[in-house]
Amino acid sequence: MAKLTLDDLRKLRDEKQKAIEKRDPSNKDAQIIVGMGTCGIAAGAKETFNAIIDELDAKGISHVLVRQTGCMGLCHSEPTVEVIVPNMPVVIYGNVNAEVGKQIVNDHIVNKHLIDNHICDKPAMDIVR
Amino acid sequence: MAYKQYILVCGGTACESNRGIALFDALKKAVAENGLVNDVQVVRTGCLGFCEKGPIVKILHQDTFYVEVTPEDAEVIVKEHIIKGRVVSRLLYDKNQSKINVGIEGIDFYQKQFRIVLRNCGVIDPDKIDEYIARDGYKALEKVLFDMKPQDVIDEVSKSGLRGRGGAGFPTGKKWSFAALQPAGQKYMVCNADEGDPGAYMDRSTLEGDPHSVLEAMAIAGYAIGASKGFIYIRAEYPLAIQRLENAIAQAREYGLLGEDILGSGFSFDIEIRLGAGAFVCGEETALLASIEGMRGMPRPRPPFPAVKGLWDRPTVINNVETLANIPVIILKGGLWFSKIGTATSKGTKVFALTGKINNSGLIEVPMGTTLREIIFDIGGGIRGGKAFKAAQTGGPSGGMIPPQFLDTPIDYENLAKIGSIMGSGGLIVMDEDDCIPNIAKFYLDFTVDESCGKCAPCRIGGRKLLNYLDKICDGKGTHEDIENMREISEAMSRASLCGLGQTASNPVQSSLRYFMDEYKEHIDGKKCRAGKCKNLLRYTIDKNKCVGCTACARVCPVNAIAGERKQPHTIDGEKCIKCGQCYEVCKFHAVNRA
Repeated sequence: MAKLTLDDLRKLRDEKQKAIEKRDPSNKDAQIIVGMGTCGIAAGAKETFNAIIDELDAKGISHVLVRQTGCMGLCHSEPTVEVIVPNMPVVIYGNVNAEVGKQIVNDHIVNKHLIDNHICDKPAMDIVR
Repeated sequence: MAYKQYILVCGGTACESNRGIALFDALKKAVAENGLVNDVQVVRTGCLGFCEKGPIVKILHQDTFYVEVTPEDAEVIVKEHIIKGRVVSRLLYDKNQSKINVGIEGIDFYQKQFRIVLRNCGVIDPDKIDEYIARDGYKALEKVLFDMKPQDVIDEVSKSGLRGRGGAGFPTGKKWSFAALQPAGQKYMVCNADEGDPGAYMDRSTLEGDPHSVLEAMAIAGYAIGASKGFIYIRAEYPLAIQRLENAIAQAREYGLLGEDILGSGFSFDIEIRLGAGAFVCGEETALLASIEGMRGMPRPRPPFPAVKGLWDRPTVINNVETLANIPVIILKGGLWFSKIGTATSKGTKVFALTGKINNSGLIEVPMGTTLREIIFDIGGGIRGGKAFKAAQTGGPSGGMIPPQFLDTPIDYENLAKIGSIMGSGGLIVMDEDDCIPNIAKFYLDFTVDESCGKCAPCRIGGRKLLNYLDKICDGKGTHEDIENMREISEAMSRASLCGLGQTASNPVQSSLRYFMDEYKEHIDGKKCRAGKCKNLLRYTIDKNKCVGCTACARVCPVNAIAGERKQPHTIDGEKCIKCGQCYEVCKFHAVNRA
């Protein structure tokens, strides 16, 4: 990509903002977001991340985007995973090992069940008050 | 098929012991009896945090939040809320509400955190510049380059009241204006990412979760002070943060957001990473500069301050990671907006790495002026195992121990200094009744003695002397004269040391002598350690009447100091015993005494 001009940057921001609003990045309607700071990785987030991708592949599920992010701040329940599925509440799961990662794919994504004992509350997110 | 509604029941220990399990079952039963199994899922969650008002029930999608719910309420919740769509007012936190979507907005408990620095952490993918741009990334740089003069930028930052988050709390705007006032020529912008205190990981998490916010802020600062070159000094022990920074810098260069003629504005700025080898003293700004220049990391006397004579004797501004992460938001929302958050002298928020004997350890961000009680007991969920709170240490080895009587003091730079601690970079370590105060002071001194660069005598010799006295006291050989000597040395160190490391190294000693003298006295006069941490003051014995001869202790003893026949009372050989305490932990009959 060539260097941006001011207009390019503004256009890019607009486009990306719209994509986020639609929650439809690259034509996928659901997202699984894994917290991958040093803390999460030390607690096994890489294994979780891989387990989720493998399970999605194994089940032939292609509408889910798996993303990484930084620390969500919930160190006491690493690894943490956020799941966004249309018409379901946005949920953060804590203590997600590879096994629970597979459960997220099978129960939450496929069967639309929330998973017992792993839901955490997200800390305040907004800087707008 | 997705459910229409979800009933979340808190499955935290506190809620479960308060009939939470019966509540969960009752809700499931009520859902089944009303023929709603296909429409409503009852889910057990992890701890939702608001334990004092538990058990908690939350209903999604409406986000209704019910408190102190009993199993008897299950039927009502299902019949009224789920079926008829009417809120059960008497179970709300605010009983006067009647709207069904009463979320957590009205509850102070969930308003305690406020994220400015961590705005993108745990939200965006740190490896994708586009995601940062979508969340208003590089918009502040855009505004600065095209709509503001360098002086306007400095004025805005000054107006915000932002102070350095690395510990000392120097006003950021002032620092920038000193460097800006220097004659034009090569100037440098440096980001201090040499986070080194035990228990602190705020800067690492920020860099790992949102590296572009720091890059953008450095470019803004560079524009304000007239610097074209920036360095990020980060310790090599943070490989993931370094990797994400490198990636972020490459992406920003590719987009032309770093490098020559940024966005066609005529302003050029580029950033390089310099790796530190992990010496604590290199977090001190003059030592840090020496290290970047390729010299041994040692501080030098100030003045001249780096803003006048810094890197290669050129004017240099050094800001900490967290300070910088605030900058883009201040530019976009205005200094005035920022100055309304916090206390009279300390504006904005502070990120803390909450660790130690706490239920919910975590990375948190709260407005300045929040109390320790709110942080520890509300956000942190209280002390692990329901034990008693003894002290909190802010500022790592440079800070002081804060006793329970100051739990309700609003946290800001001035208040912390008043009670003998410092803000520091944001490590917050919680101690409970099982922690021994002289022993903790010893731990911190051990660290600073190790990390002292040795250039000035007060720090090099004073620290060692303090550590020797603490060793003596923890061994039960201390005297009251030692305490007096410690006071005198501490005072001398804080006055005469060359840099912040030595000036603050005695804070754990000074604050603990001030607030926990009784524990020092116990060690000296009674040869006793109430927390059972000082090994040489301990003696393990077995109570013959309680011991059933199960042999658990003898099997676990690593030095075979425990003897006895099966089903006969055992004995500990005091000569052989190394006081590891494993027998004490393993005995199910409380037959091992520790005194």
